[in-house]
Amino acid sequence: MAEGQGKSKGADHGTAAHTAADGGHKASFPPFESNTFASQLVSFAIAFGLLYLIVSRLALPRVGGVLAARQQVLDTDLNEAAKLKGDSDAALKAYETELANARAKAQAMATEVREKLNAEQEQAKAKLEESLASKLAAAEQTIATTRTTAMGNVRSIAADTASAIVERLTGISPDAGAVNAALDASLKG
Amino acid sequence: MADPIHQFEIHKIFTLGHIGNQEIAFTNSSAYMFGAVAVVSLLMIGGSAGRALIPNRFQSVAELSFEFVSNTVRSSIGEEGMKFFPFVFSLFMFILTANLIGIIPYTFTVTSHLIVAVALALMVFLTVLLYGLYKNGLGFFKLFVPHGIPIYILPLVTVIEVISFLSRPVSHSVRLFANMLAGHITLKVFAGFVTSLSALGALGIFGSVLPLAMTTALTALELLVAFLQAYVFTILTCIYLNDALHPGH
Repeated sequence: MAEGQGKSKGADHGTAAHTAADGGHKASFPPFESNTFASQLVSFAIAFGLLYLIVSRLALPRVGGVLAARQQVLDTDLNEAAKLKGDSDAALKAYETELANARAKAQAMATEVREKLNAEQEQAKAKLEESLASKLAAAEQTIATTRTTAMGNVRSIAADTASAIVERLTGISPDAGAVNAALDASLKG
Repeated sequence: MADPIHQFEIHKIFTLGHIGNQEIAFTNSSAYMFGAVAVVSLLMIGGSAGRALIPNRFQSVAELSFEFVSNTVRSSIGEEGMKFFPFVFSLFMFILTANLIGIIPYTFTVTSHLIVAVALALMVFLTVLLYGLYKNGLGFFKLFVPHGIPIYILPLVTVIEVISFLSRPVSHSVRLFANMLAGHITLKVFAGFVTSLSALGALGIFGSVLPLAMTTALTALELLVAFLQAYVFTILTCIYLNDALHPGH
């Protein structure tokens, strides 16, 4: 501050330097002119102090508040979206299980019907086979009876024929007992 | 040719008072400082006035600045560094706005003055020193004694660490000041060529296209430098503040 006393009339200093510079003198280089330092420092202190106050009390809380509010809205919206997505996922899952259930049920019904039909068919077939078998048995029975009857008739026809042949050849009617014995022997042979 | 130093001159607008024999004046520099403060305040307060969920451009810029600085602070100091957020934010926005205003022709660049850069850097330095001592007590001096150094070179390393710590405000301030000063002088010199050449007649006007193109390119470069220097200042501030919070390397 010692040099301060020389510049008590600092009022004219700026213009003086101005003129000197215009005159082409390199004597004074404005950034190094120490007599302007005090004024600049005082202005700087006031201006920066003011800026710090405005920034810390007003500007930053406001902008920070806006940013925080936006972040909150974003978070809420994102949460909402996540919840809705969860809901839709759950609905999709429910739909899929429902669909799978219905499909399984339909399949079960189809199998049941198929089995029932198979069983009925099986039963009808068995019944038919049974009736056919019984008819076959009856037919065989009839055939057997008819055959025995026919066989019986064959014996009497053979006896009659044999008697007639013998009578024609010999003129003597053969004894019935002898014819029968001969027939028996012939049939056995 | 226009004098490239002229743009850095300080003019008194009116006298505020006296400290001892030193006159304290409101100067063009003061006006631009308050201008920068007004621009930052308008941007941040006006930008957040709508409080819109979907920000318009204006609000976007305010939010972008907020998030840019808060991410820088958080990534380099951590969550506990957020108590310095208003300070770092003020620094960044003040420097950035002052630098950007300075690119507009006929304006004054506050940060091209050494004393302003020194004031900014010393403010950071003192904050680091005082907060470091307040928070860690004497443990703050562990900053100068790195871990894992053999005992026989430890004194040397400690001396180097102390010197490096003390030279921080110098490099911190000169980097900003010199970049702004040199950039503006270069711009002015090339822009000066345009006027001097075009004063030479038709051929001169034709020739002045080259320095004009150069000036345009330099202006773009200066835009980058304006942002970059504000960012570098800010990130260094964060690194230094990190030392105050965690001195144990």
